[in-house]
Amino acid sequence: MYVYQDYDQRLLEERVAQYRDQTRRYLAGQLSEDEFLALRLQNGLYIQRYAPMLRISVPYGMLSSAQLRTLGGITRDYDKGFAHVSTRQNIQLNWPQVEEVPDILAELAKVQMHAIQTSGNCIRNITTDEYAGVNPHEVEDPRPWCEIIRQWSTFNPEFAYLPRKFKIAVNAVPDADPAVIGVHDIGVQVVHGDDGETGFQVWAGGGLGRTPMTGALIGEFVPWRHLLAYLEAILRVYNKYGNRDNKYKARIKILVKALGPERFRELTEAEFAELKDGSMTLTEDEVARIRECFTAPAYRDGQDTGAVDRALDENRAFNRWYHTNTRAHKHDGYRAVTVSLKKTGRIPGDISDEQFEKLADLADRFSFGEVRNTHQQNMVLADVAKDDLFALWKELDALGFATPNLGLLTDIVACPGGDLCALANAKSVPVAEGIQRRFDDIDYVHDLGPLDINISGCMNACGHHHIGHIGILGVDKKGKEFYQITLGGRGDKVSRIGEKMGPSFESHEVTDVIEKIINTYVDRRLENEPFIDTYERIGMDPFKESVYG
Amino acid sequence: MANANPERVILDGEIVDNTWVRFDADQLEADGLPDGGAVIVPLAYWKAHRDTLLERNDPVGVCLEPGEEPADLAEDLPRLSLVAVHFPAFKDGRGYSYARELRTRYRFEGEVRAVGDVLQDQLFYLHRVGFNAFEVRADRDIEEALENGLRPFTVTYQGDVHDPRPIYQRRPA
Repeated sequence: MYVYQDYDQRLLEERVAQYRDQTRRYLAGQLSEDEFLALRLQNGLYIQRYAPMLRISVPYGMLSSAQLRTLGGITRDYDKGFAHVSTRQNIQLNWPQVEEVPDILAELAKVQMHAIQTSGNCIRNITTDEYAGVNPHEVEDPRPWCEIIRQWSTFNPEFAYLPRKFKIAVNAVPDADPAVIGVHDIGVQVVHGDDGETGFQVWAGGGLGRTPMTGALIGEFVPWRHLLAYLEAILRVYNKYGNRDNKYKARIKILVKALGPERFRELTEAEFAELKDGSMTLTEDEVARIRECFTAPAYRDGQDTGAVDRALDENRAFNRWYHTNTRAHKHDGYRAVTVSLKKTGRIPGDISDEQFEKLADLADRFSFGEVRNTHQQNMVLADVAKDDLFALWKELDALGFATPNLGLLTDIVACPGGDLCALANAKSVPVAEGIQRRFDDIDYVHDLGPLDINISGCMNACGHHHIGHIGILGVDKKGKEFYQITLGGRGDKVSRIGEKMGPSFESHEVTDVIEKIINTYVDRRLENEPFIDTYERIGMDPFKESVYG
Repeated sequence: MANANPERVILDGEIVDNTWVRFDADQLEADGLPDGGAVIVPLAYWKAHRDTLLERNDPVGVCLEPGEEPADLAEDLPRLSLVAVHFPAFKDGRGYSYARELRTRYRFEGEVRAVGDVLQDQLFYLHRVGFNAFEVRADRDIEEALENGLRPFTVTYQGDVHDPRPIYQRRPA
């Protein structure tokens, strides 16, 4: 992980003092609601349906065991004992008090955590592949670039009052999009040039929300030294020309679309020409220093995997979990293990105070003291030795973390929805639970194969419904909760926006509709053909017919 | 708050008497220019009355509204003592890029003044992108804004107009 220098720590402490003073002035009536709104949002604090929601930043999803323990303590002391992993790899608390937030920030700062720029019209948390650094398919570890972008974007004075929020994601896997960079305001694809030098394809103008679209390729090959200058050029074009009259037209995607990618590129290149080779040019020393923070841990070689191989042969549940929830690792003899937060009956992505602490212990015992949050609202122990897997599985199973459903139908992504969120038009959690309960036969769920279901309670799309193979969006119709279904979205090999099926459904109909869609797939699939491939082969009509026919 | 010219402003880290008078288009149309004194006028007025303004032999400043970029003023900058950037609402951040361009692209060395919805909690960022003068909103305490708003942080990751180097180049090796 990135190792804080004294100045990184000082910055956090100064931030806590600043925010404490802003809160004090607000409570004393010296700041208007509107003025405090912008300040608290830049600190991740929303005023929600029942209480404020505080979004804690987890840069590119990386957490240490010490940070997990602190999160456990905060969840217990300042909340009701549950926190929520968000689709942008952050952690959300749903019941803190406005007056206590400065104290929470002070606690977080002790373990190098904060809530800086987790909301508001500024550059948000930088996200990446949850398997970054251990993914055998990546061209290199993307996390040093995430950290370099994080530092550039943190309290960047020019880009704190953008037309709208701004999300950047980084991917280093050549033929898949595990960080869904295609639907980010800026997507950075790490590539290697002919001479082996690192560079970046820079995409801009993707996004979900009200007008979902995938980004356009703006920078075809940006040499590594110029990454920040290029990003700054894009941000300046957006800051100057993004729409500020209508918040629904204010994201960069609308600007890129209105100008056209060609014109947007011209404007960017003009800014870039001036910034290039200036003081933002990255140095080899600095990149090397940051890369040093992400070197491989001390892996054990020469493990005796006899016992674990026997368990794989003999224990069907362990075998299933192994093949579903663990995946190949760069280093021989290691696996990346996903901790499932999708057990039926619990809110997708929720984790309790005690579970934080137990997971911290497991991270220390089995994965070099580190954990990652995933944008599918699970967590990952990225560096587990194969001969530890059976012991780890038993521990995870006891905690309810071993549901063998990663990437399958019941691994549903859902925002907090109308149960907690003031923006939501409809509930999302009970919809997820209804589907999970209907598909309670794990053998059948495995037979159905890879299937992403994403649920958002409103068109802000926190549940990423547009990129679910099956997307479910809560809408409000004359005060009643309805759900609109999309099919064919993707956030796997590529990012793709799903297509609307037709008129929306009442909440009690949704589970039946999903079942009809699944039955159509089962009837029509070829051997070993995943849902998304069947959909792309046969199109919307057969599904539509089964549901509306 | 439009064009209520404040008695005092923050200039280069101190509170000083305001020696400038800012006019909007309506005022200028109704009353014309005053005979003497430093004036800040809208961009369109400057373009239409450049010669008259320069003949007065008093300092002239131009105020940019959101959507009016420094590029619109580039050739005139050597003849101006001040460029004001108007923030109709503090959340409209275009002026941050304008100030930065004035300083780093056009090398403007005169006063760059933030006017309008200018508040304590934005002063630090405004200063970093190149503003050296602030008309703090009239209903707020200018002393407190200066005391607490200008330097809440001793640490900055990025370079800015005062020191373009990022933090890793500022540290002693």
